[in-house]
Amino acid sequence: MAELDARGLNCPLPILKAKKALKDVAAGDTLKVLSTDPGSVNDFESFCRTTGNELLESGEEGGIFTYLIKKSG
Amino acid sequence: MPTTETNAKKMTIIVTKGTLDWAYPPFILATTAAAMDVEVSMFFTFYGLQLLKKDLDHLQISTLGNPGMEMPLMGMHMKMPNIVSALPGVDAACSTMMKNLIKKKGVASIPDLREAAVDCEIKLIGCQMTMDLFEWSKDDMIDGIEIGGAATYMEMALNSDINLFI
Repeated sequence: MAELDARGLNCPLPILKAKKALKDVAAGDTLKVLSTDPGSVNDFESFCRTTGNELLESGEEGGIFTYLIKKSG
Repeated sequence: MPTTETNAKKMTIIVTKGTLDWAYPPFILATTAAAMDVEVSMFFTFYGLQLLKKDLDHLQISTLGNPGMEMPLMGMHMKMPNIVSALPGVDAACSTMMKNLIKKKGVASIPDLREAAVDCEIKLIGCQMTMDLFEWSKDDMIDGIEIGGAATYMEMALNSDINLFI
């Protein structure tokens, strides 16, 4: 699984880097994103709804937000 | 324009400001929209054209007449009285503070955001009239920009879903 470490980055960098990372992910495969930006919770939901990618998981542990994005076909 | 993306919406932004702080909203929205599959065009006019210059080191904030600006400093927030802002060097010093803060907080720099805008093929258009007015040539600006006028913008705006003036 592809992984993107966007910890320490602020808006809009986690989204911009996720979009870039998704380019190298095959349709149907997943990308895991790590972020420390609390605003990214809503941002990744909006990003996935708008782009048609699927947000499989969204969680937080110890200030680290984790997202699992399945690339649309 | 036909497209295979899931979202073929379009957005234009008129960019009119040439300070470091005002450079953020247009570039953040443009790059994020592009990441969300929106086709984005940015029209740079008047002081906004500063953001197309090859070198962006000259971008500064101005604290003068800006009571909303409070810089975090040693756990407090620092406001700048106009009489201090008017002194030579104060804007430059505050701009350096701002740039350090931007780096420390993991906020993208304007050169980085502009590079991202170019990478995701956002259309960048410089206003011909402003370039004539301020005697700037296309050589002063980054490569790959287009030059146009109000009619160029209007055609794009009429075909777009979102049009912003910043």
